[in-house]
Amino acid sequence: MTSTTIDDAPFIEPSTRARRNYLNDEYGVLSWLLTKDHKRIAILYLFSVTIFFVVGGIFAFLMRLELLTPEGDMFTSDTYNKLFTLHGIVMIFFFLIPAIPAVMGNFILPIMLGAKDLAFPKLNLLSWYIYMIGGTLGVIVIITGGVDTGWTFYTPFSTQYSNTKVFLTTLGAFITGFSSILTGLNFLVTIHRMRAPGLTWYRLPLFVWSMYATSVVIMLATPVLAITLVLLMVERVLQVGIFDPALGGDPVLYQHMFWFYSHPAVYIMILPGMAVISECVAAFTRKKIFGYKFVAFSSLAIAFLGFLVWAHHMFVAGISVYAAMIFSFLTMLVAVPSAIKVFNWTATMYKASVSWQTPMLYVMGFIGLFTIGGVTGLFLGALGVDVHVHDSYFVVAHFHYIMVGGTIMAYMAGIHYWWPKITGRMYPEWWGRLSAMLVFVGFNLTFFPQFLVGYVGMPRRYHAYAPEFQVLNVLSTAGATVLAAGYLLPMIYLFWSLKFGRKAGTNPWGAVGLEWATTSPPPKENFHETPVVTWDAYDYPAFLKAMRETQHV
Amino acid sequence: MNDFPLFPEQASSVSPLVDGLYLGLVAITGVVSLLIWIVIFYFAIKYRRRPDNELAQEQEPPAILEMTWTIVPLVIFIGIFIAGAWLFFRINALPANAIEIYATGRQWMWKFQHPTGQREINTLHVPVNRPVKITMASEDVIHSLWFPAFRVKADVLPNRFRTMWFEATKPGKYHIFCAEYCGTLHSGMIGSVIVMDAVAYQRWLAGGSEGSLASQGEKLFEKYACNTCHTSTSGARGPNLAGLYGKTRQLADGSSVVADENYIRESILNPQAKIAAGFAPVMPTFQGQVSEDDLIRLLAYVRTMGVEQPVATPVESPQSAIESTGAPAAPADGRAEAQPTSTTTPGNQE
Amino acid sequence: MSDATLSHNAEHAAEPHGHAHHHPFLQHHFEDMGQQHEASTLGMWFFVAQEILFFGGIFCAYFIYRAMYPAAWAAGSKLQHWEIGAANTVVLIGSSLTMALAVWGAQGARRKFTTLMLVLTLLLGGIFVGVKGYEYAEHIHHGQFPGSMFTYVHAQDPALTRGIELFMTFYFTMTGLHALHMVIGAGLLLYFIRRAWRGDFGHEYYSPIEIMGLYWHFVDIVWIFLFPLLYLV
Repeated sequence: MTSTTIDDAPFIEPSTRARRNYLNDEYGVLSWLLTKDHKRIAILYLFSVTIFFVVGGIFAFLMRLELLTPEGDMFTSDTYNKLFTLHGIVMIFFFLIPAIPAVMGNFILPIMLGAKDLAFPKLNLLSWYIYMIGGTLGVIVIITGGVDTGWTFYTPFSTQYSNTKVFLTTLGAFITGFSSILTGLNFLVTIHRMRAPGLTWYRLPLFVWSMYATSVVIMLATPVLAITLVLLMVERVLQVGIFDPALGGDPVLYQHMFWFYSHPAVYIMILPGMAVISECVAAFTRKKIFGYKFVAFSSLAIAFLGFLVWAHHMFVAGISVYAAMIFSFLTMLVAVPSAIKVFNWTATMYKASVSWQTPMLYVMGFIGLFTIGGVTGLFLGALGVDVHVHDSYFVVAHFHYIMVGGTIMAYMAGIHYWWPKITGRMYPEWWGRLSAMLVFVGFNLTFFPQFLVGYVGMPRRYHAYAPEFQVLNVLSTAGATVLAAGYLLPMIYLFWSLKFGRKAGTNPWGAVGLEWATTSPPPKENFHETPVVTWDAYDYPAFLKAMRETQHV
Repeated sequence: MNDFPLFPEQASSVSPLVDGLYLGLVAITGVVSLLIWIVIFYFAIKYRRRPDNELAQEQEPPAILEMTWTIVPLVIFIGIFIAGAWLFFRINALPANAIEIYATGRQWMWKFQHPTGQREINTLHVPVNRPVKITMASEDVIHSLWFPAFRVKADVLPNRFRTMWFEATKPGKYHIFCAEYCGTLHSGMIGSVIVMDAVAYQRWLAGGSEGSLASQGEKLFEKYACNTCHTSTSGARGPNLAGLYGKTRQLADGSSVVADENYIRESILNPQAKIAAGFAPVMPTFQGQVSEDDLIRLLAYVRTMGVEQPVATPVESPQSAIESTGAPAAPADGRAEAQPTSTTTPGNQE
Repeated sequence: MSDATLSHNAEHAAEPHGHAHHHPFLQHHFEDMGQQHEASTLGMWFFVAQEILFFGGIFCAYFIYRAMYPAAWAAGSKLQHWEIGAANTVVLIGSSLTMALAVWGAQGARRKFTTLMLVLTLLLGGIFVGVKGYEYAEHIHHGQFPGSMFTYVHAQDPALTRGIELFMTFYFTMTGLHALHMVIGAGLLLYFIRRAWRGDFGHEYYSPIEIMGLYWHFVDIVWIFLFPLLYLV
């Protein structure tokens, strides 16, 4: 195998950077608010999700402050209940589900496919507006008193007992679901029908495979949430008994319908994260991802199996022992494809060229933390243990390891990886590394004690707790402070870099992919000529050869 | 901020088993996670980018590796499933001779009723080394009854009886928590379970009550005039309930149903749902008239109907009054002194 | 589905990207009309798949409660007038026929015929929704709307009342969601009537009508399931 040296590659070559790109192509507020350019829509989403992330983060921080002491002395119980409910709703519906697909998927996916835009650009813009309408309803709920049902809206509490803005909240979630659905639809059609010449399925970047799997889950799961919320709203408004046992309904039926969506929803949140990780591992090891086909199909396997395990949230809810056994078994199966990914990413680093730049730090953090999150899922899937830890802080720790240690780490990796492509600027590397390390340390300090305090007996959604749980809670809050700093810093330096960051060339990382074959930032139509793909995914020598031959800019 | 426990007390027969599986999982997953962490760190250092390796050396991966780390985790995970499922069966398998406790959850308190009539709020006294079965329902929203020290938990549903059981193995005072979010004072819906040795428990039981749960139910049976239709005479308007509990009953539409606690609950609250074969659908519904507490008393009484009950007062031999099969409970651990007149050892009252 | 105007054509011709000219309704991010047609059709199929899951959820809940309360479900369905439902079914199937004819007309650039078929589809759809409105009014008048307005009591078997109210909740929610989809479809039809009259569609560009047809047929099929489940049990 000949090794190609970096000097052969026109990796960092800003000289022929086009003057006109998608950012300066048009000016004015309306050119942004009425844009059909997927790249601008991605930026619109970036602003929105960041705002919601801050809102959700503030709620979390307030909760952690309250939990410094065993007594509920900072907020009233009702206020605390609203805090954790809104933290969940904002983070899940308005941040985690849209973030990677709507920001990075929107921006990068068409470029990765060599397309000029997504299949339905106007639908894409509509997606953002629908999201903003749903999000606005969420803000209205927050301002006008909040909701206190937990993001899971269990009946009959949510339909017959809660005195808060349940209807408005579920309406907001219902509306936001359509934003998700339309984005997923756009991605599916684009991947099927708009790939550049030469880009066969097995040459696709693994990001595309994972986003495809995500989109399938979005399309099939979100409508079930929609109808569940419709029934919830009908019951709340008409005061009938769809899910209320006093009136003939079945509250466990609600749980089945709710979790039928909400379990696949967690895969909607993690699969895009895995998509980003695959790209970053390849880029920062300068090597083909080990076991490409296995990684590609593992995404599809996760999507499929993810639909079969929903009742593992209900082992103690009153389902039969035999049903519990079936769902526990299937839960063990769904863990396998995730494990395959982790092993393959790790194996990719063998005899690679590993860079320690910021995105790679987030990647390594992801692999480490997602592994812990994933294996603690095994604890929860094991029936005998779940009886004890269900609805305790053990569960809270598990899903935060996946969603924060996993998805948000991947989101940060992607933001830093594609920042030069999106903005034409580099972020300051040392601040990036510092923030990554703060996030890693802060995260573990925040959430690892929660495994312990959960097993000892602290239930979740508790405003006040037994005194012997305090030490672990104090550790957790201390970690949250560090974590907050780790998230605050990038918001500052990324913003700073827009004006003062080093200008980036076409391919500052020396990575393989169509997005690195066009300028930073890209022109409005992404490529000046439709590219023809002659290289396999992450095939460095072939990509370099193609770049040299076509002199692509 | 004095003590810093990492494990709750092991106070039930299943606690050591759950902890054992938990620690086993910690070991397996800990080893695997640590391995991954170490390997990543090692690779990141050993293969870090230097001027002489700007691009990686491409390797053809052996397919066997892929197969290995697919099959091995799968086998391990299935093993975890088997262990967890076995333990789950153990946790759900109710032993015979359990003490019957009835529990009601409501916003935001727990009510426990002993068969001998004692009622407790947010506290539950149980004897050590005897299985305790809790039959429970909620008066309003979904709650969940969790005894961390016993490692058992079950959701408490409105309008449906559910059961759970435990056998406490260590005297002491342990937490009771509501574990399903239920509104404002969810975190205040807590209490204590007090495990007492046999003598202390007897003494506590002797502390008086309004008569056994079943006898209270008998009074309600008369108060609501159930006894006007449900008699043992032939041609009565309602079926004879003697010996009904636990039997299979034929219904008018040809199907059959096991007369368990939920059947009895439904028959009181929604009698038209299932009509016994050979009877007319004339029973009125008592929905809205009979409270959750009354339901429990009626259930306790119906369970005793047609079953030989040894004459018992709470003071003498409480165990036998609550065995629905009528056979006096065999006292465990050779506690031959079922009579309260035996010497009292100054055991811990709590 | 972008609007074409003469000015757009003129502006387009002035752009220096090498194409001679192309179909006025080709959207710029597509390579050619074929890709555009395939993409939009695939998109509608995926959307329909998602709708199946949406209605599927409530069908699932319907079946679960039907198994739990068979007597109440039977009584509830007797409250519906199956003759009206059957007539409405015929109307809706008729509208699917006119819709299919509209697609055929669009393919052949039969401007007036296409417009007429679309108008008929709209009309028949309107009749359907109108009849449904009449049925709703009848139910409400008899106190059969679930919630605080529910005053209906079953004559022979009062105990079934609660189950009947649950049935009516499903009736109104399922047919209401269906009617909502019809109203959205009606709005879309208005838009397409205008475009068809303008002569936008022809052999090379008829996919908007085709996917409109897909949507309309799907809404029809949902009704084909709703009718027996709610009226005939």
